[in-house]
Amino acid sequence: MVEERIRVLIAKPGLDGHDRGAKVVARGLRDAGIEVIYTGLRQTPEQIVQTAIQEDVDVIGLSILSGAHEYYCRRVLELLKEKGISDIVLIVGGVIPPEDVSMLKSIGVSEVFGPGTPISKVVEFIRQVVKK
Amino acid sequence: MERALKGDFVAIGKLISVLEKEGEERRELLKEIAPLVGKAYYIGITGAPGVGKSTLVDKMVGFLRGEGYKVGVIAIDPSSPFSGGAFLGDRLRMQRHATDPGVFIRSMGSRGALGGLSKAAPYVAKLLDACGFDFIILETVGAGQSEVDIVKTADTVIIVLVPGMGDEVQIIKAGIMEIGDIFVVNKSDKEGAQKLTRELETWIELGYKGASWVPPVLMTIAENGTGVDKLINALKGHRKYLLESGELEKRRRKRIAEEISKAVEDMLKERIVKNLNKEQMNLYVDLVLNGKRDPYSIAEELVNNLY
Repeated sequence: MVEERIRVLIAKPGLDGHDRGAKVVARGLRDAGIEVIYTGLRQTPEQIVQTAIQEDVDVIGLSILSGAHEYYCRRVLELLKEKGISDIVLIVGGVIPPEDVSMLKSIGVSEVFGPGTPISKVVEFIRQVVKK
Repeated sequence: MERALKGDFVAIGKLISVLEKEGEERRELLKEIAPLVGKAYYIGITGAPGVGKSTLVDKMVGFLRGEGYKVGVIAIDPSSPFSGGAFLGDRLRMQRHATDPGVFIRSMGSRGALGGLSKAAPYVAKLLDACGFDFIILETVGAGQSEVDIVKTADTVIIVLVPGMGDEVQIIKAGIMEIGDIFVVNKSDKEGAQKLTRELETWIELGYKGASWVPPVLMTIAENGTGVDKLINALKGHRKYLLESGELEKRRRKRIAEEISKAVEDMLKERIVKNLNKEQMNLYVDLVLNGKRDPYSIAEELVNNLY
């Protein structure tokens, strides 16, 4: 019997070209039994949200190193709302200044994972919010 | 379902997840879908990892969109046999189509299936068919030699090869080389492409003497789109052949028969597993271990108990 699998989209919005972190996280989630959909670099918020819809993911994980986290998070959340989607959780990883974390959470980001976060913490958080 | 039929991608996405789960709900949905299918054309793409399947699919989607067709893509990557997780990276090469309302792409983990598809992939193809997509492209996991399940779902099977992966002996082997309706030599700007093409043609000529369809061998460079137009033409040629020769109906009949027996198998398994809790199973295991019973008479008893 195949049980339900958690599905997570890992995407990198914007122009910075460093995807090592995103790949390491994706790999870690895979090893925790999660199905990871990986879109690669330079995704627009529109592409990310459309992908999340077609793939019916439980979680979107954005990897952002460019400093443009506020814009991308707001835009993704806006598009999700436009499509009437309320059951996808948005989490963010990358280089986010500590003072911006509460701002991101206040606009609807569920959690922010900075450099040095153990993968197990991310996995635990995802399992908790998805509860399949 | 109603929303999905109207082309609502959110609804289609959710229904696919229903199809990925075994059980009652899936069967009910499949019943609803069944009368609505049969309009789409199913294309299977298979070949070893890294030969360029995803890139080729990306280019084919672009081409078919240019002709105004709606295209559904089901891209399967392997699930981990250890964790059950998966890294689904096929759509990475197709993301330029992500926001096109005429293209729906779904990635699937193989979830333990060994034939190159996932168990639910044929069901998902049907759903996309019912939802009005004209072409459904199924991309298998990177296949080795015997992942041939694609032939049970696709109308046309495309085998993708690249130069430098072995000599003629590999071509003659049984398994995957026998299921191709069209052969593609991709990365044909690489050394050895001409030779591989010639070898393929020679063996096909030998094996298909007098056959009504002789698989063509085409050279492509998926990266820049070279040869994709010819591939689409070959595809249409094969479709025409299938229609005119009655082979399409034959293939579809066979598929339906298989579907029925598969459904029976699933239902039986479901019912028996439902009736069997862990303690009971342990009891049976003990009996076998103690030499008092054997697994086959137990199975017989379980199946007979259903009626």
